[in-house]
Amino acid sequence: MGTTSKNFKIKNKDVRTQINLKHKKEKSKLKREERKERREKGLPKQVPDTIDGKREYDETIKNPEDSDSSVDNSDSEDEKENEKQDDDDQQGDFSSYFKDGKDPKILITTSANCTRHAYNFVDCFGELFEDIKFIKRKRNYSMNDMARLSSNRGYTHLVVVNEDKKTINGITFIALPEGPTYYFSVSSYIEGKKIPGHGKATSHIPELVLNNFKTSLGASVGNLFKSLFPHKPDIEGRQVITIHNQRDFMFFRRHRYVFRNEEKVGLQELGPQFTLRLRRVQRGVKGETEWEHKPSMDKQKKKFYL
Amino acid sequence: MSDEIIWQVINQQFCSYKMKTDYQNFCRNEYNVTGLCSRQSCPLANAKYATIKNIDGKLYLYMKTAERAHTPSKLWERIKLSKNYEKALQQVDEHLLYWNKFLIHKCKQRLTKFTQIAITERRMALKEEERSYVGVAPKVKRREVNRERKALSAAKIEKTIEKELLTRLKTGAYGEKPLNVDEKIWKKVLGDMQEENELEDEEDYDEEEEEEEEEGVGEIEYVEEDDEEDMVDVEDLEKWLEGDNSGDEEGLVNDDSEEESSDDDQDDDENMKAIDKHSKDDFNDESKKRGKNEGGSGKKKRRRRPNVEIEIEHENAGNLLAQ
Repeated sequence: MGTTSKNFKIKNKDVRTQINLKHKKEKSKLKREERKERREKGLPKQVPDTIDGKREYDETIKNPEDSDSSVDNSDSEDEKENEKQDDDDQQGDFSSYFKDGKDPKILITTSANCTRHAYNFVDCFGELFEDIKFIKRKRNYSMNDMARLSSNRGYTHLVVVNEDKKTINGITFIALPEGPTYYFSVSSYIEGKKIPGHGKATSHIPELVLNNFKTSLGASVGNLFKSLFPHKPDIEGRQVITIHNQRDFMFFRRHRYVFRNEEKVGLQELGPQFTLRLRRVQRGVKGETEWEHKPSMDKQKKKFYL
Repeated sequence: MSDEIIWQVINQQFCSYKMKTDYQNFCRNEYNVTGLCSRQSCPLANAKYATIKNIDGKLYLYMKTAERAHTPSKLWERIKLSKNYEKALQQVDEHLLYWNKFLIHKCKQRLTKFTQIAITERRMALKEEERSYVGVAPKVKRREVNRERKALSAAKIEKTIEKELLTRLKTGAYGEKPLNVDEKIWKKVLGDMQEENELEDEEDYDEEEEEEEEEGVGEIEYVEEDDEEDMVDVEDLEKWLEGDNSGDEEGLVNDDSEEESSDDDQDDDENMKAIDKHSKDDFNDESKKRGKNEGGSGKKKRRRRPNVEIEIEHENAGNLLAQ
């Protein structure tokens, strides 16, 4: 009421807070009752109005209901058949994984002249993936050299972690042998140990949850992540890796879950956490640029590319 | 005007070249030999002054004297310096004979700096640069941080994961006897599923086939392992990847022959211990060892190359984002 208006203010702070609290409680009570009424009438829940709902139309989004929740790595083979008809070119990039059913074999390295920060990050990565090998970067080998060589040795992915001024700021994924190359920026990296209430990870192959990769570009990024994990997860490990795309930010999380009953799931975070943002997609191994994020793209708040 | 008056004005009143910081004042005049704002190195308040300038990659010694002070167009006398560093030093010595010790010293320092910059520039141009630097405005950075925060709160990640896991459980994606569920719960879920299936069967027979296909999800398949073939490659590249198991001597031979033009802090092959994938503890241990090795081995071995000391400057590294 008048208490919060600029003209009149109760000078005693205790009284003021008490009265304000009272008003707040009344307000929330009213809201609760409204919500209850809606439920009783059978009206649908009110959804907060976010920019996700106002997203600009993108012709490459196929069927919003369909792609809402993507599939775990175990049944990607089944999905293969469905998607094969939809877009052959997307799958073509990761043919060794999706068509030949090969499990991934990853080579990971850093940018030249890295410090311990990058190596710690690489260690984290080593725990996430099954078949991964780290090699220290030598400056005189370019990414193209490394890609050529590692594809000859049967690696399916080359990952290059980029460090700048003692922070991890980027990561490149090259799908071997034919590309494409994806460059992501990395932000808000938190290692597992620093997450409060974190659990200890086991060496089981985790399941994969990919959320919200809707456009064709998003689907290809999703395929990249799928192809990084073996086809068959060890479900007895009850570990799940999530890459959640929201407004072009990809949040990476790892949890252990437990089905408490048929409606409830318990989650414990295992870490690490980091956020990826797609910056560049190049055809082949660092070839012609297919898509690139430009700062001007940020001006449209409701346009999302993934 | 006497030098002293000029300096009084510059120091106590105003100079457009002066840049004030908390601890030190800098000078932006391009003729300044040190870049600092001080009585000695002020090019305006000294009638007799000398400096080195880099014009399109060529180095010049610039000198001015009080005798030419009345003709501003001919104020500076410049001498082109030799490309040979030692000869250039001699030239400086000759031309600045009987000059102020301070100026001689600073000019020589500046000459050294320019030569070193030229050397690094040349080397960087030779090397294939795979990082491209793109400046990111602070405003853009801030915007992205804020958007990320908002996206995270809008994402409700844990809820979506829970939902997804439940749908997987209920659609039977985990197979007939899932190991990740308690038996009691699974029986309940199975009961629900069967009810649903029966309902669906009555409703629609066409969907049945698809359902069955999906139930095959959990089945075990035996897939070929990707075999490790013997690869024939360019030798030196091979070296890099092998690193750990092939002989170190070979590596040294190779390194010496080709790396002379490359940079100095290449670590030797011992450091390139590759890490075995299967045992994850090994992954950590090895990398820790590697970390310890780094310090020692760096001293142990230095690259062979003409002995030039390089200062690398990080002047405008402020806003750069490596890509």
